[in-house]
Amino acid sequence: MTIDRRNFFKTIGVAGITIAGFQTAKANSPDNGEIEFHGVLYDSTQCVGCQECERACAKAHNLPEPTEELQVGVIRKTSENQRSVVNGYTTSKGDVFVRTQCMHCNEPACAAACLTQAMYKTKEGPVIWRGEKCMGCRYCMVSCPFNVPKFEYHSANPKIVKCDMCYDRIIKGEKPVCAETCQAGALFYGTRRELIAEARRRIAASPADYVDEIYGEHVAGGTANLYLSPVDFQEIGLKTSLQNESYPPLSKGFLYTVPSVFVLLPTLLLGIHEATKSNQLKNEEND
Amino acid sequence: MTSPSFPIPKDNDGRSIGRFIISELRPRGKWLTPFNIISLPIMILGLVLIVIRFVNGIGSVTNLTQETPWGLWIGFDVVTGVAFAGGAYVLTFMVYILKMDKYHSIVRITVLNGFLAYVFYAGALLLDLGRPWNVVNPIIGNSFGTSSVLFLVAWHFMLYMLAELIEFSPAIAEWLGARRARKILSGMTIAAVIFGITLSTLHQSGLGALYLMAKDKIHPLWYSEFIPILFLVSSIFAGLSMVIFEGTISHKVFASQISEKHHKQENSILHGLSKICAGAMFAYFFLQLLVFIHYKNWNLLNTPMGYWFLIEMIGSVFIPMMLFYYSYRRNNIFLIRLAAILTMVGIILNRLNVSVIGFNWDAPVHYIPSWMEIVVTLAVIFTEIWIFRWIVNRMPVLRESPEWVNEQ
Repeated sequence: MTIDRRNFFKTIGVAGITIAGFQTAKANSPDNGEIEFHGVLYDSTQCVGCQECERACAKAHNLPEPTEELQVGVIRKTSENQRSVVNGYTTSKGDVFVRTQCMHCNEPACAAACLTQAMYKTKEGPVIWRGEKCMGCRYCMVSCPFNVPKFEYHSANPKIVKCDMCYDRIIKGEKPVCAETCQAGALFYGTRRELIAEARRRIAASPADYVDEIYGEHVAGGTANLYLSPVDFQEIGLKTSLQNESYPPLSKGFLYTVPSVFVLLPTLLLGIHEATKSNQLKNEEND
Repeated sequence: MTSPSFPIPKDNDGRSIGRFIISELRPRGKWLTPFNIISLPIMILGLVLIVIRFVNGIGSVTNLTQETPWGLWIGFDVVTGVAFAGGAYVLTFMVYILKMDKYHSIVRITVLNGFLAYVFYAGALLLDLGRPWNVVNPIIGNSFGTSSVLFLVAWHFMLYMLAELIEFSPAIAEWLGARRARKILSGMTIAAVIFGITLSTLHQSGLGALYLMAKDKIHPLWYSEFIPILFLVSSIFAGLSMVIFEGTISHKVFASQISEKHHKQENSILHGLSKICAGAMFAYFFLQLLVFIHYKNWNLLNTPMGYWFLIEMIGSVFIPMMLFYYSYRRNNIFLIRLAAILTMVGIILNRLNVSVIGFNWDAPVHYIPSWMEIVVTLAVIFTEIWIFRWIVNRMPVLRESPEWVNEQ
């Protein structure tokens, strides 16, 4: 099954991007021909915790069907067998359900960390994992501020497992399965611009139901997946300690010194070497 | 002078090199030494575990979790091991660039040590890769992840191994009696040294820069934007402490190969190294202090992790620094060796604190390496020592080069 999927990715990825991309581009922004990042807006006030999206996700990606029932207060995590999870939190405004999956950052740390570009931010918005490039070093797991990528530790041919926003469906112009499955109206798929506009509209329409903030608009430099919440994000397990700047610039400073060191240090060393030559001659005379 | 029991052919001219190498591959001397009796079973067990790891996946031998993707094999074998291998670039800088001839007699063994360290630690890296068959991807150019610090580190490891091999290659040529090759190879030394120092500067700091993006995961006492420079400065005295430690053992184990002149030089070399260590450690300690004050983490000191931080900073940086200084003033060789060992313990603590202990320190279940990870690590170290011993017993590493070298 995996090989089928991979081949499918390859053909669609190489040939399909241009065609589908062209169509999206025409549809969305006729003026500059650019493709906008797509994402999913998750409205936790609408989610009823039915776990239908979890099951659809597992089915669409050939993962074992999730058997654990959702229990409010018991926090399950995504794993190598589960790309997305819905948890229930007891909050100051009653039980609130929260879906966890990859945030699809605008400037993802995992993709900047990847030395083979296996983790890759597509121009459509999803961050995808490309197995034929990955060497399994797990530096993406070290770098991801949301701890999203998971690794199959018990496989001789391990994969990095994470939500890819159903990239194969998106490039065909379809919605991700989770957004298509959700009957409660908690998952809303669109371009990031549309999502932010929609989120603001919902907050403005019923300010009593929401905190006046969109999680993902700024955190970690902005993410494609956005959250609306009735309570403080902290209460529903969303990381609020993260910085608002994106993560790749943290190592950018170091990487930018590399060319200078590579040019200046050898020159300096050669200079010292030449300058100390006479020293050595003197020593030899003394011997 | 060549040692009479291990004659080195004067000149092979390529005639019987194949037969010569086969004869050299045979073990020499006693087999049942205590070291062999301890190391051999561990190496065999390690090999079995490596086979299990490749058949059943990394999780079958390691305790790695989704929260702790890098454990002992990266934190100790690679991150700590490379710091200890830093002696090679420091010594080649001193001898070939600054022309401090006093240290010339220990350059070869240090470069050999560094080269083998890189070969084996890069080897340990392969064990930790989930999909090692793709390891060529960042190298052959079908997918350059140039925004990745790991990309830089991977390339530098590879190029630095090449540079160290070139630095060491005259010894191989002397062993084989290849006169013309020796002349060509030794002509490449200075280029390899300059290239090697540059690469080392960048990847010693690069190993620290790997953790820059894990800003929210590493304990604030160990995370700062200065990790790269701290790693670089500490690799200087980590490497030199390793040189002192390894030299102490080599002078006992391989005593018969070392000439009278070099035996006498040993104390003076140790003196010089302890002075450099004290200086580098002072710079490092001061930097750590500045970083600590800059980040205003005073409140964290009175926590268990804070005590642990103080143990590292005082017990294995400040105290060995003072010991190096004191033993240098008092001419006390024993204390120099003690300081070197304390420093090495400190480097292990520091690297593990950044990469393993302080990484996701607040996770509910913390990673503790499995006994199998430790056995594999020991097996890697023992294999390296076996190869090291094999080379030192055959090539002119500690002993003097054959006489024809002086005629060149």
